[in-house]
Amino acid sequence: MTKRMLSIKNLHVSINDKAILKGLTLDINPGEVHAVMGPNGAGKSTLSHVLSGKPGYTVTEGSVSYNGKDLLDMDPEIRAREGVFLAFQYPVEIPGVSNIYLLKAALNAMRKHKGLPEVDAMDFLTLVKGKVKLLQMDEKFLYRAVNEGFSGGEKKRNEILQAAVLEPNLCILDETDSGLDIDALRIVAEGVNSLRSPERSFLMITHYQRLLDYIKPDVVHVLADGRIVKSGGPALALELEEKGYGWLEGQAA
Amino acid sequence: MIAADHSAYSYLTAYQTLVTSLPGRDLPWLQQLRGEALQAFAERGFPGVGEEDWRYTALSVLNKTVFAPVTAQQVDLDWLNSYRLDDAACAVLVNGRFSSALSVLNGWDGVTVSALSELLADNPAVVETMLGQAVTSCEHNLVAFNNAWFADGVVVRVVANAQIDKPLQILHVVTDAQALAVTRNLFVVNDHADIEIIETYIGINEAYFTAAINEVLLGCNADLTLSKVQLEGGKAQHFGGTYVRQAPDSRFAHHNFALGGLLARSDIHSDLAQASECTLNGLFVASGRQHLDNHTRINHAKPHGISREFYKGVLDQRARGVFQGRVIVAEHAQHTDSEMNNRNLLLSSDAEVDTKPQLEIYADDVKCSHGVTVGQLEDKSVFYLQSRGVDEATARNILTFAFANEMVDKVENAELKSLLLKELLVRFPAMSL
Repeated sequence: MTKRMLSIKNLHVSINDKAILKGLTLDINPGEVHAVMGPNGAGKSTLSHVLSGKPGYTVTEGSVSYNGKDLLDMDPEIRAREGVFLAFQYPVEIPGVSNIYLLKAALNAMRKHKGLPEVDAMDFLTLVKGKVKLLQMDEKFLYRAVNEGFSGGEKKRNEILQAAVLEPNLCILDETDSGLDIDALRIVAEGVNSLRSPERSFLMITHYQRLLDYIKPDVVHVLADGRIVKSGGPALALELEEKGYGWLEGQAA
Repeated sequence: MIAADHSAYSYLTAYQTLVTSLPGRDLPWLQQLRGEALQAFAERGFPGVGEEDWRYTALSVLNKTVFAPVTAQQVDLDWLNSYRLDDAACAVLVNGRFSSALSVLNGWDGVTVSALSELLADNPAVVETMLGQAVTSCEHNLVAFNNAWFADGVVVRVVANAQIDKPLQILHVVTDAQALAVTRNLFVVNDHADIEIIETYIGINEAYFTAAINEVLLGCNADLTLSKVQLEGGKAQHFGGTYVRQAPDSRFAHHNFALGGLLARSDIHSDLAQASECTLNGLFVASGRQHLDNHTRINHAKPHGISREFYKGVLDQRARGVFQGRVIVAEHAQHTDSEMNNRNLLLSSDAEVDTKPQLEIYADDVKCSHGVTVGQLEDKSVFYLQSRGVDEATARNILTFAFANEMVDKVENAELKSLLLKELLVRFPAMSL
């Protein structure tokens, strides 16, 4: 049996005493790409937020183990340093902080966590410029304030750029396809695909099947009313596209 | 009754012995000016919170302590030199007295820099044409106090048409506890001339009182960039006023960095003529129990003037910041174009900022805007940085630094900019840019 990267067991999460996740169970092995689909309000974004440690969520029951460690016990920055990366649905604009500054601060935080020295300035520039090219971005983006005045597509590409530089083990993509036109979606998907490796896993959260045309998942899950109600292969996504979510809601996993 | 205020009385008593050491004793016009100022001070003492322009700032320490002039025994040169700008001429004032030994002013064309005390002895007629031209004792009683008590200062005269490439730094240093440093600087930039002046205030970590006034006279199409870097010691009382009279087509740009002192008040007032431009930028950063007050006044007296004002405040712990920005557009000052903005960041629930933009517009064909915000760091921004591996404290520092750095970025002088960045990084430690 392969070693699990992420193991979510019977997870119950509430916001302000309102239960959102109600016993979610999900396992991800290294190298696998999992898609979580579901109707609005099913708890998809809550899942991504609670995994990344966003404040405001209360775990009332269950556990999340990441590489054998209790993920829920870690501060958000420790999760990041341990290799969990969240690509935000709505990337935050940070005026006055340049992209390259954030990338360097983040990379050095990771390296420090691993007991490595700070990255050499020249090596860093070479690394970042290579990743910028990969995502077909203009180098000028590096010197602009993080996400400030970026278009929707630029923001999503910028998230993937950060992932490319930080090389996470588990990459959570929260509605990465939302707000993207078809060209932007293709570029973002190519960026994600270039990051796929036998050691790196992905959890893609999406409302639409469209993204899955570009990033082929190994497993597709349906999240409804706080639980995984059905799991299957890529064909499940196509079935959902055809029939909608109605037939699955209220069904137990 | 304020007139009977204990401290004002004590200052007046001390003045009787002090007066013999003040320059210009033999000049009737100066004696008259000092006499009137002393009379105003005797009547009302230091400004009180009952005065509209002082309502947020109580000068309680000044009313309890009698600071007195102290002759500096020794100056820590390493400390002093660490604030010197390499690419600038430098006039040094120690405890309010010009020090020719510490100043570096040679090899300069087009500009004359003199100690006020020496100029009053050698060529008082020159001083008479400048002193009191941009501000009088009527302004408020710290100006009156300065008029009566000033002991020295720096007089800068730039000849017409001179483009001065090298900036002048005026370094104010206080080296003794309980010292009183009262200075008057006079800057005259004649027609079509251009210069940059940087004032730096530093002092020991003891109680003392700096009261410094600059009078600035800008000729037609003259250009002055004046920066103030206030890094007084943590127990210091500081008053610094800059009063400007701009001739037509002149440009005045001011950068006000208020970072030090226990209580510090800046006045930046400018009177504009036809088509003059005035830019006032400011940043005040306070923590502990610091109180930093910034009072600005832009007076558009004639048509076609342009003013741009942008101040930012960062207040932590129990600190208090004040921004009062007044813009007056006179009835005949048509086509005035004025913008004012003040943005404040509160880092603690005990910090406070009082911000009061005041627009008084008597002309009907003008473009004037103003905006004020008071806010905190956004949780979503802090979390975004944390999600990239940055710890929460550093994330807050990065965001605060970025907020403040916008004002440092407006400084063109590279050396000054790097000194300011260093000061910000000490306050908000994060990876440097």
